[in-house]
Amino acid sequence: MKRIHLNKASRVNFATYGMVVAAYLVLQLLGSMGMLSSTMRGQLVPICAYVAMALSLNLTVGVLGELSLGHGGFMSVGAFAGAVAAAALPIGSDGLRLACAMVAGALVAALVGVLVGIPVLRLNGDYLAIVTLAFGQIIKSIVENLYIGMDGKGLHADFLNNTMALGEGGRMVLNGPMGVNGIQKISTFTAGFVLVMLILVVIFHLVGSRAGRAIMALRDNRIAAESVGIPVTKYKLMAFVISAAMAGAAGTLFALGQNTITANKFDFNTSILILVFVVLGGQGKMWGSILAATFLTVLPETPAMRGLADYRMLVYAVVMILVMLATNSPAVQDFVNARLRKKKKKEGAGQ
Amino acid sequence: MLIFLNHLINGISLGSVYAIIALGYTMVYGIAKMLNFAHGDVIMLGAYICFFAVSSFSLPPLVGVLLAMVVCTALGIVIERLAYKPLRQATSLAVLITAIGVSYFLQNGAQLLWSSNIKMFPSLFSNEPIALFGGELKITMAAIATVLACVVIMLVLTWFTGRTKLGKAMRACSEDKAAAQLMGINVNATISMTFAIGSALAAIAGVLFCSAYPNLTPTTGSMPGIKAFTAAVFGGIGSIPGALLGGVLLGLIEIFASAYISTQLSNAIVFAVLIVVLLVRPTGLLGKQVREKV
Repeated sequence: MKRIHLNKASRVNFATYGMVVAAYLVLQLLGSMGMLSSTMRGQLVPICAYVAMALSLNLTVGVLGELSLGHGGFMSVGAFAGAVAAAALPIGSDGLRLACAMVAGALVAALVGVLVGIPVLRLNGDYLAIVTLAFGQIIKSIVENLYIGMDGKGLHADFLNNTMALGEGGRMVLNGPMGVNGIQKISTFTAGFVLVMLILVVIFHLVGSRAGRAIMALRDNRIAAESVGIPVTKYKLMAFVISAAMAGAAGTLFALGQNTITANKFDFNTSILILVFVVLGGQGKMWGSILAATFLTVLPETPAMRGLADYRMLVYAVVMILVMLATNSPAVQDFVNARLRKKKKKEGAGQ
Repeated sequence: MLIFLNHLINGISLGSVYAIIALGYTMVYGIAKMLNFAHGDVIMLGAYICFFAVSSFSLPPLVGVLLAMVVCTALGIVIERLAYKPLRQATSLAVLITAIGVSYFLQNGAQLLWSSNIKMFPSLFSNEPIALFGGELKITMAAIATVLACVVIMLVLTWFTGRTKLGKAMRACSEDKAAAQLMGINVNATISMTFAIGSALAAIAGVLFCSAYPNLTPTTGSMPGIKAFTAAVFGGIGSIPGALLGGVLLGLIEIFASAYISTQLSNAIVFAVLIVVLLVRPTGLLGKQVREKV
């Protein structure tokens, strides 16, 4: 019985890898044949970033079972840390610079994840949601008041007021509420693809490992898990920090594909949008997150949908409520269970 | 010194609004064990209804407030019935996501209906402030009304939950729903009533908040909503005096932080307080430590 179950899990995993690789190859092929419109080509990097964000949030929501409403905050941290790193690093090769920037973004986001997670993950209930929400606001306030400049002597930083006297050839990298301007667009679709694959590998390995089982045990029944000796804070923090690091890397990828980024780009709405991806794709289902993130990023840009742009968020809200009611309401579940039982009976009769 | 007093008065008045909102959170949390994320948006709707009643239909302010309370009460009951009741047995994660969906729905619905342009909330109170110390210290009528409203609401609620049959039913439900049901209490009706009271309070809070900060937009409610939740946690969620204490303290912290530290960072400081409180005293100032039963 156990073997069959494992096989099913790894079948799903390989199908997910396959789906991503196939999508990448098809899009690359279409791109090289010039069959992608310029809007679509411009969408490729943001799609990868949103897919990565959705996967990262799904680790927190689906696997850890906690709700983070500040994922946009981690994305923001990663985006700004990555953009500053990319501007400051004296590396010639674009690819290497992007990789280093992403690592920097991931590390800073992970560090922030530890700082937020330690106080909050010790608590039970809905506190993580509200604190991560507050955290998103704090990050926004901080970034909007942070000034980072660069000159021959290296990086300079200032808070609240820009009093920096930059030396010869100096320029502002992060300019408070104006954000980062004139970013060199070094993010590529391939880099996005690699990031998504990497995140998938990490998540699938984590979920299949001893630590992953401990995390899921905590999600399903914290008291039972605790009573068999699973250290709650450690495993919760582990999943949360990994998720934050992934969001940071996704943020860097996103930022380095834009000309300008401001703190407003990563507000509460972004966090909710990513939550919609996860909820619609199914909690704990990575392939679902990938599909939902892709389609919900592409669909609003298609000409047919543009007229409905005003209703977009309203529709998302309704979708979120309906998905939750459909998957959690006892009335609906009874109906589904009755159907399944019927099917099983039929199969049993056939044998 | 006078400047300090001025800040103190502003802080108490803002804190009173937070306290009224926090009451809605705390009562719903106490009884339904859920974080009603949409509470902040009910505040916004209450303010809009009062706005239209007073500016478009030129009704007297008191009628506007009553109308807002009636509509918000009905809305609160409908939201509970449609979105939260089917999920009574579901995980808290599912309920929370639904609540966020409802909040988002209300916000975007308001945006479609009334556009995101700023509407100037009319002043419902006399514009003539009370001047003390030869005009150095000014207390607006709105501030006085807010504090008075807060005190009256607090007294009425304390009497209601402590003395009346319905209030006792509410407390019983928040302690143990199954046992309350066995005692013949209609749990569903009690929860609906809690939502109704919370939403009516939200309408009052919306009007009071917009009297002090008159820029009304569809997102007006979300910030005070989040801050009031912080206040509820600060004071101890589930406790009515805690909501008052937390609200007033949070209002004071916000006003003093923006006056003496930095205006831009006042929000960040308020939320940092939340994180520190959760770290040091997770049950809040007046919250009860509930022992976990297995």
